[in-house]
Amino acid sequence: MTVAVITYREAVRQALREEMLRDERVFLLGEDIGRYGGSYAVTKGLLEEFGEKRVKDTPISETAIIGAAAGAAMDGLRPVAEIMTINFTLVAIDQIINNVAKVHYMFGGQFRCPLVIRTVGGGRRLAATHSQNLEVLFAHIPGLKVVAPATPYDAKGLLKASIRDDDPVIFIEHSLLYGTRGEVPEEDYVVPIGVSDIKRRGRDVTIVAYSRMTVEALAAADELAKQGIEAEVVDLRTLRPLDMGPVLDSVARTNRAVVVSEDWRSFGIGAEVAARIQEEAFDDLDAPVLRVSQQEVPTPYAANLERLAFPSSRQIVEACLEVLNIRVGEPVMAG
Amino acid sequence: MSKERREAVLLPHQKEKDHLLDLYRKMLLIRRFEERAAEAYTQGKIGGFLHLAIGEEPANVGTMVALRHDDDVFTHYRSHGHALARGMDPRAVMAELFGKETGVARGRGGSMHLASLEHHFWGGYAIVGGHIPLAVGMALAHQYRGLDRVVLCIFGDGAVNTGAFHEALNMAGVWRLPIVFVVSNNLYGMGTAIERSSAVTEVYKRAAAYNMPGRRVNGNEVLEVEAAVRAALEQARSGGGPSLVELVTYRFRGHSMADPELYRSKEEVEQWKAQDPIPRFRRWLQEEGHATETELEAVDREVEATVEDAVRFADASPEPDPSTLFDNVYVNP
Repeated sequence: MTVAVITYREAVRQALREEMLRDERVFLLGEDIGRYGGSYAVTKGLLEEFGEKRVKDTPISETAIIGAAAGAAMDGLRPVAEIMTINFTLVAIDQIINNVAKVHYMFGGQFRCPLVIRTVGGGRRLAATHSQNLEVLFAHIPGLKVVAPATPYDAKGLLKASIRDDDPVIFIEHSLLYGTRGEVPEEDYVVPIGVSDIKRRGRDVTIVAYSRMTVEALAAADELAKQGIEAEVVDLRTLRPLDMGPVLDSVARTNRAVVVSEDWRSFGIGAEVAARIQEEAFDDLDAPVLRVSQQEVPTPYAANLERLAFPSSRQIVEACLEVLNIRVGEPVMAG
Repeated sequence: MSKERREAVLLPHQKEKDHLLDLYRKMLLIRRFEERAAEAYTQGKIGGFLHLAIGEEPANVGTMVALRHDDDVFTHYRSHGHALARGMDPRAVMAELFGKETGVARGRGGSMHLASLEHHFWGGYAIVGGHIPLAVGMALAHQYRGLDRVVLCIFGDGAVNTGAFHEALNMAGVWRLPIVFVVSNNLYGMGTAIERSSAVTEVYKRAAAYNMPGRRVNGNEVLEVEAAVRAALEQARSGGGPSLVELVTYRFRGHSMADPELYRSKEEVEQWKAQDPIPRFRRWLQEEGHATETELEAVDREVEATVEDAVRFADASPEPDPSTLFDNVYVNP
């Protein structure tokens, strides 16, 4: 097996290109994905290779982009619609929640919607309406699958799995992960949807994370290791369906859990994971499950305020010390 | 319309007796079906919202008979008439309203979510305007595959003020998609008259904003409706792009069964009822010698029997098995 070190951005692009070569029903649509080359340069070169029928620049019409992609999917094509950032999915939220998620169920199973919606979470210095992490809106909805890979390997494999899946998938990339690098096989491979992954083994505390926070969690684990604390990092990879297996196995061994997400604390992804841990591993816990997440503010523009708002490895370290009862003094405000 | 004018607009097949009797039968079937559904609703056999097509039968039927069998239909929630005119089994439609396993959507959708893959009837949608982008997407798929199938998308006058309408028509216009938009303008968006909601009340004029032709048709003249929709379909089918057809019609009953109709006068409703298009068409068929009273009475009786049979079937059908609650949330869970 040959392996190359490529960026997350390149991994996504390769997945799109390979799936388009593999299946002529796959096509792309979105704002500025063609002639502009993609606002995050993910789709660069694809228009030149595949032409305008299969790489469609759309008007700025998120409702129509998603609705049209869904209608084409119902007819048996396999569209991959790009919504430039997850903030803009709000414009199309009716299409996503009321059509995409429900056409298979509410018409008695007659129709399918094998659509992938690619979008991008997070941001830096982009302020309140361009920096959000809204995955919880979609993870809440029966009928959708929601995927948020943290590494180039997972991004390529999960995007392929998403495109090949007959259910609608919201595929959430992260703007600050595009430049990260990792090993990716050159041969075709798939990462299954609905399978969490232990990214780092450890015996002392379980850190559950996804997307960019997995990277922060691994950085936190390195910091903790300097203090002789070995953290286990479980990368969820898929948010719906949520694979709690590896999480619960880990908690059974460490007895302590910290859940990290980049969204806001109240009613966020962490709330669901924490609820599941205490429901299903209550007797394994030696401490409450703590959550690390974004401060409850619209994301500010000023650099220093933004740094306070977004969670980072520092808060993860402090939360781990808290659940290990190591920290003495002020309890950490973990998100 | 005048006899001369009617002759002028008819397509050849529209003058044939079989076709004319079929139009009458379909309109009457919708009328009787809706009347029985209303009764069933008051008996508690149908729950939730029930939006009746009574008064709009010519608009429903003329639109649906213009389609080729493999053209695709997206419609809104006042769709029993569209479903029946498309040829869906009245038994299965009534069973769906009753929430039974034998319904067209296995009881999972109800009145607002009728559907039939076999009939290219893609629903039945309850969010006003929400289905219009779906229809555009299916037209995109036909264009992608180089097929000559056309998509027909029906919605009401209320939907034309939604963002979804705007985005979808613009997309269809800029990509020249094979789709016909049919606006069923019954002059009211639920309880709000069109003059109070719409900056431009002649809906067909809005088509120009999307670089497509728009025309307005008397929705109570089934032959005019059929001819206009057929022409629009053929234009789209031959690569001539999308268009909008506005059918002006009127519903005799409220928006739904729960509507006390405080927003329009009884006199206005009576004026429209006095022009009830079904008895008028029936009389016209006789006067023009297209059908005899005996033939028409046979149709009347057959339709009533069909509707009664549909109710009996729905009554006797089982509810879905509780073990199937989670069926079809995902294709592969």
